[in-house]
Amino acid sequence: MGLEAFFFYIFSIAAVASAILVIIARNPVHAVLFLILAFFNAAGLFVLLGAEFLAMLLVIVYVGAVAVLFLFVVMMLDVDFAELRAGFIKNAGLGAIVGGIVMLELIMVLGFQSYSSQIIGNPAAPAPLVTDNVTNTEALGRILYTKYIFFFQVAGLILLVAMIGAIVLTLRHKEGVRRQSIAVQVARTPETAMEIIKVAPGQSVFPKNEGPAE
Amino acid sequence: MWEQANEIWWSYGWPALIIVGQSVLLMVALLLIIAYLLLMDRKVWAAVQQRRGPNVVGPFGLFQSFADLLKFVLKEPIIPSGADKSVFLLAPVATTVCALAAWAVIPVSADGWGTWVVSDMNVGILYILAISSLGVYGVIMGGWASNSKYPFMGALRSAAQMVSYEVSIGLVIVTVLLCVGSLNMTDIVNAQKTGLGTQMGFTPSALDWYWLVLLPMFVIFIISALAETNRPPFDLPEAESELVAGFMVEYSSTPYLLFMLGEYVAITTMCALTTILFLGGWLPPVDIWPLNAVPGLIWFLAKIVFVFFLFAMAKAIVPRYRYDQLMRLGWKVFLPISLLMVVVVAAVLQFGPKWGVV
Amino acid sequence: MVDLAGHYLPIAIFIGVALLITAALMIAPFLVAVNNPDPEKVSAYECGFNAFDDARMKFDVRFYLVAILFIIFDLEIAFLFPWALAFKEIGVFGFWSMMIFLGVLTVGFIYEWKKGGLEWD
Repeated sequence: MGLEAFFFYIFSIAAVASAILVIIARNPVHAVLFLILAFFNAAGLFVLLGAEFLAMLLVIVYVGAVAVLFLFVVMMLDVDFAELRAGFIKNAGLGAIVGGIVMLELIMVLGFQSYSSQIIGNPAAPAPLVTDNVTNTEALGRILYTKYIFFFQVAGLILLVAMIGAIVLTLRHKEGVRRQSIAVQVARTPETAMEIIKVAPGQSVFPKNEGPAE
Repeated sequence: MWEQANEIWWSYGWPALIIVGQSVLLMVALLLIIAYLLLMDRKVWAAVQQRRGPNVVGPFGLFQSFADLLKFVLKEPIIPSGADKSVFLLAPVATTVCALAAWAVIPVSADGWGTWVVSDMNVGILYILAISSLGVYGVIMGGWASNSKYPFMGALRSAAQMVSYEVSIGLVIVTVLLCVGSLNMTDIVNAQKTGLGTQMGFTPSALDWYWLVLLPMFVIFIISALAETNRPPFDLPEAESELVAGFMVEYSSTPYLLFMLGEYVAITTMCALTTILFLGGWLPPVDIWPLNAVPGLIWFLAKIVFVFFLFAMAKAIVPRYRYDQLMRLGWKVFLPISLLMVVVVAAVLQFGPKWGVV
Repeated sequence: MVDLAGHYLPIAIFIGVALLITAALMIAPFLVAVNNPDPEKVSAYECGFNAFDDARMKFDVRFYLVAILFIIFDLEIAFLFPWALAFKEIGVFGFWSMMIFLGVLTVGFIYEWKKGGLEWD
């Protein structure tokens, strides 16, 4: 057993185990932490396949960003577990049907694919090599922005929709908040900020009957 | 049987043992340097306030950090009754391990034998970015697991702050990569051997390094690094006047020490990253005789200490930011500027005069 | 090809060593230091009174918005990395391709700014 196989079994066993723990963990925060562990092991598997860029991206995007959002959500939602568990039994039948359909579809897609002649030819192919001196990040860059430009632009549009959607759904302005406007503060000059009044001796600054209450 | 074991030893055991040796050496050296950077931090802070700083343990307080370590180990570890014990104890470990792990790919010097680094991987800078984005977990986990209000609020603030500034750090790194064309850390340093200065006819010198051609990004990077590592003036998560000690309120003994250690390792990583991206890594400031005879490691260390001195001075003389100002700086100032700079740098490289700056 | 043994095995070992040192520091005080908890000592920190309720409360939706925006910009940066690397090969076409992508996202950024999504109150 080579070193690669050793690490493959470690990563895959840990990935499957942590994925199971995501489901059975009672505390949602623990579930998210196990999800992060599963992401790490998936990244390790990517490295073993030779896809080091994707491995790093998986950690940066999923662990570094998406899982932070998940943590925020489960920490914020304040889920009532007793209610959740009652709902589990009520919805178990529906959930089983949906899960069964998805599983059937997966078996159909993967099952047919693994019998197609093209894929049988290269089982578990490692990341294809362009040349020896090109890293897979650069190989990706050479085709993503030219050959696959439409997919790339569609990805940009999806991100735009996500950004607008997030703002529409979550943005609520509080009433009566006075915000700091730095431009206004910087633009303030002595002329706009003060008024110089010459006060004659024995007279009030204020006109008659308008002075401060005695 | 014996021969087979022998073969396995020479093909797996011995190389692995060498890597373990390198790792331990690097880590011990790093922790020793951090012990003295910590002392320097306190001394600079004290000097600005016209105090002496730690000066009792050893000559000039040189053993202060070790005394502190001993004290932490001998203190009683307290786990709050309402805390989630496993997550509570996992949080400081995660912080420190993530912070230390970044050093596996940081090259500290290069000579005839090769680069002095544990792993000279292709995607080094992405690895650093990935690891530094994990720093936020220690904070969130610590704050949540404590089950106490101050840590919880500190953790939320800290998480939002760290992710905000990671965006501008990422964009700054992209501009440097545009000039270098490689994700490998050694390549990034070597690309700075020639540049603006050599193009104008000087010998290779500090003018070639990216701090000059990418000056706005250099400034943004240093300030974002302060915010990313929760250093003053951006130490909102542990703003002692409002949140006591932020996410660390409930921690004591070595769990607390590990948080502090993780923070200082992360700061040192940021200093090293600044050095590699903008200050030419281990390259001498001018490539002439007495200077280029000095080992690269010395230059690298000197630059790290210099950047750390900047950080320490910022801590000593700059007042703390308010939270809305902090978010404004990150999203409304740094993000547009660094996005614009990515476009400008790319346009200059694409259409500009072929100076051979890169 | 990715050099697994040369590049990634050292990282695995390095992280292992880091974990050992950290775990040793973590366990040390539980072995050598006094451990004498009492109810007051292990109660959650508060300003002079007992905590009223659970500390894990609902918080401002704005933190959630910041996290979403971070994901979007993080993805944008993820797209920039291979582009920066292959910049010299893909030429002017690749340059404009990325400019359109950035332009689309800048539209979103301006919308967000105008809507006040970046304000903190």
